[in-house]
Amino acid sequence: MSSRVGFGDRREEPAERSRQLEPVADEKLDLVLGQALEDFRLSVHAWSEAAYSRPRTVAQVVRRRSWRLAAGWALGLTLAAGGVSGMVFERHQRQELARAAEQQRLAQERQRLVSEQQAREEEEDLLAKVDSDVSRGVPNAMEPLAQLMAEDERK
Amino acid sequence: MEPIIRATAEEIAARELETANDEFSRVVERHRPQVFRFLLASTRDLDLAETLTQECFLKAHRNWGSFRGESSAMTWLMRIAINLQKDHWRNRRMQFWRQTRTNAVDLDEASEWLPSGESSAERQLLARERVGQVWRAVKGLSERQRTVFLLRYVEEQELGEIARATGLSEGTVKAHLSRALTRVRAELGGGR
Repeated sequence: MSSRVGFGDRREEPAERSRQLEPVADEKLDLVLGQALEDFRLSVHAWSEAAYSRPRTVAQVVRRRSWRLAAGWALGLTLAAGGVSGMVFERHQRQELARAAEQQRLAQERQRLVSEQQAREEEEDLLAKVDSDVSRGVPNAMEPLAQLMAEDERK
Repeated sequence: MEPIIRATAEEIAARELETANDEFSRVVERHRPQVFRFLLASTRDLDLAETLTQECFLKAHRNWGSFRGESSAMTWLMRIAINLQKDHWRNRRMQFWRQTRTNAVDLDEASEWLPSGESSAERQLLARERVGQVWRAVKGLSERQRTVFLLRYVEEQELGEIARATGLSEGTVKAHLSRALTRVRAELGGGR
């Protein structure tokens, strides 16, 4: 875009250039390379001068930077909020699971106690029944003793 | 009999400070465009170049008292600018944000600054092509090679100055320049 800056008029004479920049051993500047480096130097100088003296669009730059900064912050905050929400959800899930497990354990404990109670009662009934059956079925050898006990009870 | 005017220590300090500030203002006025140009060529980013230039002179102002004049003010400032640029790109913590925020112009846009005026259209086209090729080569250089190349061929500094500004030996500077030129030559050769 040649309309931007023209620097053909600022081009220095080759002799003047060689005085300014004394070549070192490794710099064998052939014609094409020398010309390319010169064009490059002038191009950068022109660009820099234009940029340096341009009217500063501070508001625009600030706005663009602010927008980017805001977008950055928004993205950061969204990620942070997502992370926190995830952690809270996971914690809540873990608490729910723990509560359900505790309830299940209590129900099982209750069931176990009821079963034990039932078993105890059944055992006591069985023992009472066995006692009464045994007392009714006295062997012949023990008959006199049983009669004595019955008499004592009558007295 | 005229009264003897004795300057107090505060007055002397204030005068010295004023002198230092004046000196620094002159340095800023003289070298700011050069520092900006070097940073612009290094980054191809106008906003970043301006920010780093500001930071460079801020840092220079803070340390102006410790500048002993062992090297030229320009070399000293370039050294600060090079370090700031290095810090900027090497700060890994912010790398992601930097990549998303980069405003660097592309090489074609950078190559648009071309000779005009007295030059012919053909000459302009050729120059644009050559400048674009040099930019492509510069883009492919390592950070050190690029710095040395720009200081030499854009800022036209002597090898000794480049060595002092970069903290490298002259031999290393020559080696970096040689590699950079090989790359530019290859790019120019490939483009023809």
